[in-house]
Amino acid sequence: MTAPVAEEPRFLTYPGARRPARHRWVDSYGVRLHVCEWGDADGPPLFLVHGGSDFAGTFDVFAPLLADAGWRVISWDHRGHGDSDHAALYSWDADVRDALSVLDSTTPDAVPVVAHSKGGGMMLQLAEALPYRLSKLVVIDGLPSRDPAPDVSDHEDRKFTQKTLAEWLDHRRAAHINLRKPGTLEELARRRKRMNPRLSDDWLRYLVTIGARRDPDGWRWKLDPAIRFGGFGPWSPEWSLQRLKELKVPLLGLTATVEEEMGWGTNHRALLPYLPPRAEIIPFEDTGHFIHIEHPQRVAELVLEFLR
Amino acid sequence: MTVFLQHNRVKLALHTLREGPGPRLLLLHALGDRSPERLSGEAERWPGAVYALDFTGHGSSSVPAGGGYTAEVLMGDADVALAAIGPATVVGRGLGGYIGLLLAGARPRDVRGVAILDGAGLAGGGDTPGPAVVRGVPGALSAPDPFALVELGSDLRPRQYVRRFAELATEHSPLANPIAVCGRQRPAWLEAVLEVPGVVEEPLEAALQRFAASG
Repeated sequence: MTAPVAEEPRFLTYPGARRPARHRWVDSYGVRLHVCEWGDADGPPLFLVHGGSDFAGTFDVFAPLLADAGWRVISWDHRGHGDSDHAALYSWDADVRDALSVLDSTTPDAVPVVAHSKGGGMMLQLAEALPYRLSKLVVIDGLPSRDPAPDVSDHEDRKFTQKTLAEWLDHRRAAHINLRKPGTLEELARRRKRMNPRLSDDWLRYLVTIGARRDPDGWRWKLDPAIRFGGFGPWSPEWSLQRLKELKVPLLGLTATVEEEMGWGTNHRALLPYLPPRAEIIPFEDTGHFIHIEHPQRVAELVLEFLR
Repeated sequence: MTVFLQHNRVKLALHTLREGPGPRLLLLHALGDRSPERLSGEAERWPGAVYALDFTGHGSSSVPAGGGYTAEVLMGDADVALAAIGPATVVGRGLGGYIGLLLAGARPRDVRGVAILDGAGLAGGGDTPGPAVVRGVPGALSAPDPFALVELGSDLRPRQYVRRFAELATEHSPLANPIAVCGRQRPAWLEAVLEVPGVVEEPLEAALQRFAASG
């Protein structure tokens, strides 16, 4: 059932949150991507990249802090996420290609990028492939580790079973008729709480008003129901770990210390031997996967200092 | 006769090359290729119905915008065909052979043997990543999709990962030797698959006779 409408307007705002000043669309080889911008349109561009199952609106508190320091802050909903097109196909490489389309739509120059979770992994690949496109890179709990990453659909899982595969195929067989489960705003916020247990209820309710749409039978997350997390695939985080040392783009990594379902379980100490020279890693004590949402002010200060 | 099956947002063309009772055969084409128009070769002597599937972005199937191909999603294509026709023996050329192997591991009771033949895309992109590149192609939305050629011509196939599918197939299949390697090419992943007990090398004709008899 849909919650009484009168109950909902109070969730349209959140302390410190500001919706983007501008919206635009970028065509990435026929897939339409929703791009958001905060701050002065003539300011120097700074890109924010969200993680798997998230959307650009999750930066509504963090982005304004950077925008108010003079940056033109740009983010986008990945294909299948937020208000971007639901695509026929999803892959890591396609996400990286889409990211480049958004960068190209803005400027041909090297730009600084702040990326969270899976977005961090994507941007490390972009930094490796086209180092001249990125001036600096901040990765928020998205550096590779030996453990598989839960918000990447095609990670390596050597333990996958015949049951895992059959369930994935069953999901694919029904993908064309699957719809996300409708619910009240409260119900969607509660469901999200399972993935984001450390984030406040009011923040999750606020996110519902952006990341979900209201259908006649209730609210639904906009995320393409064809996208399914976990699973199997040939990709190994070990590969990017081995290549990290040669990264030419200045790197700042922020790591969580409290493990969460969505987290990458990156072990700060295990990472040290793989880091490129001059890379800086800052672990956040008593902090989960969404460091920039738990500590927006402190992360913004660190980012602004690093970009100086 | 051709019917169109829905796999997420893609319409897949499933061609019936021969109708009839008895065991079913499903042909999976190579990378950049399409289903044959008529039966030929060893498949002509198959004692039952014969079907052929055009993968996403190939043949008469729809070509999606913006790429994003993976071998795993093509396994989903083949599984949608399997759901439509019922349990079947699979013959795959090149990339289709690799997809047939994945499907045999994932649906070991419904894939009544898979024969892997030479063809485009059999090798894939090897065990580990090559240089990091961002692959974009100018998008002409016609088959074969250039994105499919680029992405599936370089998809990674770590030996341990692929081997797991062969193990699942031999472990759960009602057939004694559900995987037959019938071609000459031996990419690293296929060498690893050949080490799995129950995987055999034999000519296509022998494999099909065996699969038809057990089906």
